[in-house]
Amino acid sequence: MNFLTDAIAWISNPALHEGANSLTARIGEHLGYTFGAVLIGALIAIPLGILVGHTRRGAGIAVTFTGGLRALPSLGVLILIALSVGIGFQAPLATFVIMAIPPLLSGTYAGIHAVNPATVDAARAMGMTPLQVIFQVEFPLALPLVMAGVRSAILQVVATATLAAYVSGGALGVYIFSALARRDYTQMLAASLIVIALAFALEGLFALLQRLARPHGTVVLPVK
Amino acid sequence: MIEFRSVSKRYEEGALAVAEVNLAIAPRAVTVLVGPSGCGKTTLLRMINRMVDPTSGQVLIDDVDVATRNPVQLRRSIGYVMQNSGLMPHRTVLDNVTTVPILQGVSRTQARARGMELLATVGLDASLAKRYPGQLSGGQQQRVGVARGLAADPNILLMDEPFGAVDPIVRRELQTELARIQSELAKTIVFVTHDIDEAFLLGDQVVILREGGHVAQMGTPTELLANPVDDFVADFIGRGDESKHLRITERNGTRLVVDQRGRVAGVLAAPEQAAEPHPSKREGGAWTG
Repeated sequence: MNFLTDAIAWISNPALHEGANSLTARIGEHLGYTFGAVLIGALIAIPLGILVGHTRRGAGIAVTFTGGLRALPSLGVLILIALSVGIGFQAPLATFVIMAIPPLLSGTYAGIHAVNPATVDAARAMGMTPLQVIFQVEFPLALPLVMAGVRSAILQVVATATLAAYVSGGALGVYIFSALARRDYTQMLAASLIVIALAFALEGLFALLQRLARPHGTVVLPVK
Repeated sequence: MIEFRSVSKRYEEGALAVAEVNLAIAPRAVTVLVGPSGCGKTTLLRMINRMVDPTSGQVLIDDVDVATRNPVQLRRSIGYVMQNSGLMPHRTVLDNVTTVPILQGVSRTQARARGMELLATVGLDASLAKRYPGQLSGGQQQRVGVARGLAADPNILLMDEPFGAVDPIVRRELQTELARIQSELAKTIVFVTHDIDEAFLLGDQVVILREGGHVAQMGTPTELLANPVDDFVADFIGRGDESKHLRITERNGTRLVVDQRGRVAGVLAAPEQAAEPHPSKREGGAWTG
């Protein structure tokens, strides 16, 4: 219990909340990595997932590819990239993008793939162009699973973004790595608690968004 | 007129789905393609709106080869009704019905007004317009499917086992309703089914297909029943079936129609009613099946 009260005292220390290196700034960096990496990852993975799901081709490659990416050790990738691009924010961002891609890709692909083929067939038979089929039928119906992918990517990155500090990339890991060097377990715990709180908050937010993404009509409503 | 000229279709798996089919489908009438599963009836139907392209041969609509037409434009000009309705679950009934007119650039207001008319045409209450397909019964969904097929006022309506997935009572209702709608609108309807009773009930012309995509015989229901060309057709239309051999007996003053085994098939109607050959030929009045 001492650790916990000490950690809370550490967080509430007014000195921590001032200046360019304030806790708020670190949280900002942490969220910046999270949203930045998921956004870039989404720009790559969602179109790719749509393509694989829509054409129903290359699913095997997509599964192998996402499985492979998932198996990469994040710290190893981070160091590898940092060795070539140097320290700073680029290497962590690139690493987190790589981590965000698998859940986004598999969520999108699975979402599109799960759309009833009869619905898609009817849409084509009515004279929808392939793009109209994608944007008016497949993607809206896939949205809940796409959002599930986004949610899981966000969670993955927010929990791992602490590694950025290892290559001087800032974010909440700064407190953890500096505390580790000094064996300051109070600070380590306090910083971890903040990361955990952030993860919970984002998880809650995206669980809500996922729910809102469900198209009307696909919710089972009682017949009046 | 829709015309098939020595049309064949071979799928990648190698089986011949349709073999050298020659067929002329009369305008403003119901032509039913009927046959056992695997006889290529759906493949033939889907060639008309280029959902399937033939491996060889031509499909012509009013003497224009459909292969020369843009598939998207072609499909928008032809109504399509499928089994299990194929409605978009995330769009309301009215939005589903107005899909094609809106794709064609008709204004939303105009499309909606037309959509509401069509709901009435297919016998659906206006209050259902704002519902989602998941909130409707199977029969209601099929009615919405028919309304959607008619929305762009196409000359041709393709129906792929549209009543295959509903229960027999609702199916009977929907068949009656379709016959009524056809008597008012007189579209060129190509209708696929595996149910010979449905084929004889709805078809002005019935095309019987056999496995491997061959046309076994084509004709009016009367012609087929009177002169089946071979055993396959005779079997398929149930000529050998005892329940199709009917005779008249009189019991307690009522004239009954009974089959070979003596089971009652129905009551003999007054002659002027019995003389009516087909519901679509009748002028006015609801047809009571």
